[in-house]
Amino acid sequence: MLKDQPLVFEMSKEGRIAYSLPVMDVEDINIEDVIPATYIRKEKANLPEVSELDLMRHYTALSKRNHGLDSGFYPLGSCTMKYNPKINEAVARFPGFAHIHPLQDTYTVQGALELMHELQQELKEITGMDEVTLQPAAGAHGEWTGLMIIRAYHESRGDFNRTKVIVPDSAHGTNPASATVAGFETITVKSNEKGLVDLDDLRRVVDENVAALMLTNPNTLGLFEEDIYEISEIIHAAGGKVYYDGANLNAVLSKARPGDMGFDVVHLNLHKTFTGPHGGGGPGSGPVGVKADLIPYLPAPIVEKVGDEYVLNSDRPETIGRVKPFYGNFGINVRAYTYIRSMGPEGLKQVTEDAVLNANYMMRRLEPHFDLPFDRHCKHEFVLSGKRQKKLGVRTLDIAKRLLDFGYHPPTIYFPLNVEECIMIEPTETESKETLDSFIDTMIAIAKEAEENPEIVQEAPHTTVVSRLDETLAARKPVLRYQKA
Amino acid sequence: MHRYLPMTEQDRQEMLKAVGVSSVDELFSDIPENVRFNGLLNIKKAKSESDLLQELSGLANKNANLREYVSFLGAGVYDHYLPTVVDHVISRSEFYTAYTPYQPEISQGELQAIFEFQTMICELTGMDVANSSMYDGGTSLAEATTLAAGHTGKKRILVSKAVHPQSREVILSYAKGQHLEVVEIGLKDGKTDIEELKNEMNDTVACVVVQYPNFYGQIEALDEIEPIAHTGKSLFVVSSNPLALAALTPPGEFGADIVAGDAQTFGIPTQFGGPHCGYFATTTKLMRKMPGRLVGQTVDGEGRRGFVLTLQAREQHIRRDKATSNICSNQALNALAASVAMTALGKYGAVEMATQNIQRTQYMKKKLTQSGISVVFDGAAFNELVIDVKQNVSEINKELFTKKIIGGYDLAKVEPAMENHMLIAVTELRSKQHIDTFVEELALLVDGKGMQHAEGSTVSF
Repeated sequence: MLKDQPLVFEMSKEGRIAYSLPVMDVEDINIEDVIPATYIRKEKANLPEVSELDLMRHYTALSKRNHGLDSGFYPLGSCTMKYNPKINEAVARFPGFAHIHPLQDTYTVQGALELMHELQQELKEITGMDEVTLQPAAGAHGEWTGLMIIRAYHESRGDFNRTKVIVPDSAHGTNPASATVAGFETITVKSNEKGLVDLDDLRRVVDENVAALMLTNPNTLGLFEEDIYEISEIIHAAGGKVYYDGANLNAVLSKARPGDMGFDVVHLNLHKTFTGPHGGGGPGSGPVGVKADLIPYLPAPIVEKVGDEYVLNSDRPETIGRVKPFYGNFGINVRAYTYIRSMGPEGLKQVTEDAVLNANYMMRRLEPHFDLPFDRHCKHEFVLSGKRQKKLGVRTLDIAKRLLDFGYHPPTIYFPLNVEECIMIEPTETESKETLDSFIDTMIAIAKEAEENPEIVQEAPHTTVVSRLDETLAARKPVLRYQKA
Repeated sequence: MHRYLPMTEQDRQEMLKAVGVSSVDELFSDIPENVRFNGLLNIKKAKSESDLLQELSGLANKNANLREYVSFLGAGVYDHYLPTVVDHVISRSEFYTAYTPYQPEISQGELQAIFEFQTMICELTGMDVANSSMYDGGTSLAEATTLAAGHTGKKRILVSKAVHPQSREVILSYAKGQHLEVVEIGLKDGKTDIEELKNEMNDTVACVVVQYPNFYGQIEALDEIEPIAHTGKSLFVVSSNPLALAALTPPGEFGADIVAGDAQTFGIPTQFGGPHCGYFATTTKLMRKMPGRLVGQTVDGEGRRGFVLTLQAREQHIRRDKATSNICSNQALNALAASVAMTALGKYGAVEMATQNIQRTQYMKKKLTQSGISVVFDGAAFNELVIDVKQNVSEINKELFTKKIIGGYDLAKVEPAMENHMLIAVTELRSKQHIDTFVEELALLVDGKGMQHAEGSTVSF
């Protein structure tokens, strides 16, 4: 095995250090005198031993083997990879936000509570909901929280038979997974030929056992569910609640609010629409907003303003309980609040208009070269199908890998599941026309390669630090940690 | 124009033309009138970069921060040494502006860093495998209980009352969805009551959950608890502060099946409770039931070592409603921060830091005792102590605050029987002078001599 980049453990040399702890100024007692021998570790944890410069070079080398949004275009559908403003990072690092303890008395953290309260207010207005909790740590966590709220609502009415949650076949995988964690059975509803929820199929699966329908609008095909009001009415008529997956909110800021569409619960991904960085997979933040009749079940505590003072109200007898220690991913919430305040009402409206125009422009320019399963205006993202290329022996996966050679992060692929050889593209509003044009030209060039020189696509990538990795081997013989030879 | 939005009017016109519409509004014509939002959102007007920085810095300054106040608050979140390198590494935008490493060829940096994180967590906990992170210690522990219930097919969860109270609340919330029964095990001398645990064990138990060191700073007798926890099919779940495990025998050596907790102690600021960094470690046997993402080592076509997300058949994007958990986003950037801090500390630094916590806490204990303040539990402590201040803790804290001291946690908030008891944390950052001053001030207050709101008086540290 060739090891181009050593593990930090492989760089380690006995005796080197990269730390500087406070000088011991109290008695240097032996811990053996205070801790029973059974509980004293005999063999040290094998952590690395490197100097500070070694450390910086190691992680700098790793960073060079990583593609971030600042490195290049990242049109990953459903992930809203928009620019992460640097002011957000600066604000989150103010000592008054970064170095405060969650259990400090509230009179010592009024600024933090005020920020949370203000963010709750802004998110209520943006979503059209009546109250918001900032506690959930990420989107999936928000989904589960929202479903638990819906469960509590039904049970409070003595209704214990609502066991089903309906999700469309185009839903994110987290929707059915969250339904399971919340103790529900998932029922899938089909999409029609227009890519929208099939109302007949919906009517067929709805009955008195339905707790909720989970929907994202626009859906994961990037299409607005035109029948949304009717969908909400079907669910409400059966006594169920309608849940909004906020993953695609970037498409409808100032254009259509979940609350006005008939949704009862919404979660937001502050790390998508509201520019919390994705951090290589997290941390995110997944606030949940609800309509008035569900407020009693929100997790405790909630920040409230009483007179001039901000308080944490834990007196919520019907709450579903706590979903996370403390108050959510505050540091991400600070970033989201900074973003909203940087944009203002005009800015947020422009965000959606530009995101949607960018997506439609790309869709129309790529349409002659790839299959377009749904030929209508898209919202912030759209899906293509690589069916045509597949016939030439080039899979969507190959196209994605070939894009790497040109410095692009590929779109989301093979999702949603109801489109064959799916390519899901979300440009976002922060990309310039020049960037879109270059990417489009590259996609067209790859489509041409698929016809004329398919091997170069099938064998891609050619320029990355590693070529395609053996994922089967990784799963069959899992090596999940370094072990000294 | 806005600095984040590059589209010019000329771009707009060209793009509209290419799309074949005359205005952007046409692109929204599929939104029915009855759900359309017209006009502008009623939110605050945009602020310029400099004005906003000024406003938000003012808001931040309304908070008493741990750089200006000397804090003895712990209770699950700690004020620790933050190696300067940590923030430099996680500020590299190749890391923090990247998505989940689904395209391994251009994500080797992140994947390798997480592989190293998994290794370090295994080393500290003494477990076989660790995942790439969870939201936080509380939800990680809750997922441990649901894993145990799923694995054993049992519904009864025994949780020690010396597990962090907020983690216990989260366990309870998760249990509701899965219809699990949570039974709390009481305490004896600040530790899990072994007899009560024995009495509550039966063949319906999915797992036993304890914390080590526990919420009250005490070192639980894992050697005595393990055989009880393993009666029948039950799993043994331990919540641990990974810093403590640099000095203490790891739970893996006591036969733990799952070790879960928060790595905030390594390089992650307190930031009002989040984001921190949950970790989840277990045995090879339970590996395929773990929640969350796992990074594994493999090779490419040319035989080069590389890393990929693996065993994804457990996860929601593949298994949907049959997934082992619904977790998707995790705390990757904070796992990176923790890795950098663990690397900076290294083999000896981690032990030295953990040892300093024990030594300084011991010094605190001695000073308190000398000053006549009663330290309630006498067992071995890591970096927290429970003291009896004989009066309302929040009143005491109000007085301490005027001296630029943030006192300990008011235990009356979690346990009515603990009225007038304060949980104090002593990390490596609390110097002899900090401790001496704290004890002096506290002694005056406990005696009732200092209760006069000495506004303006300052204490030098």
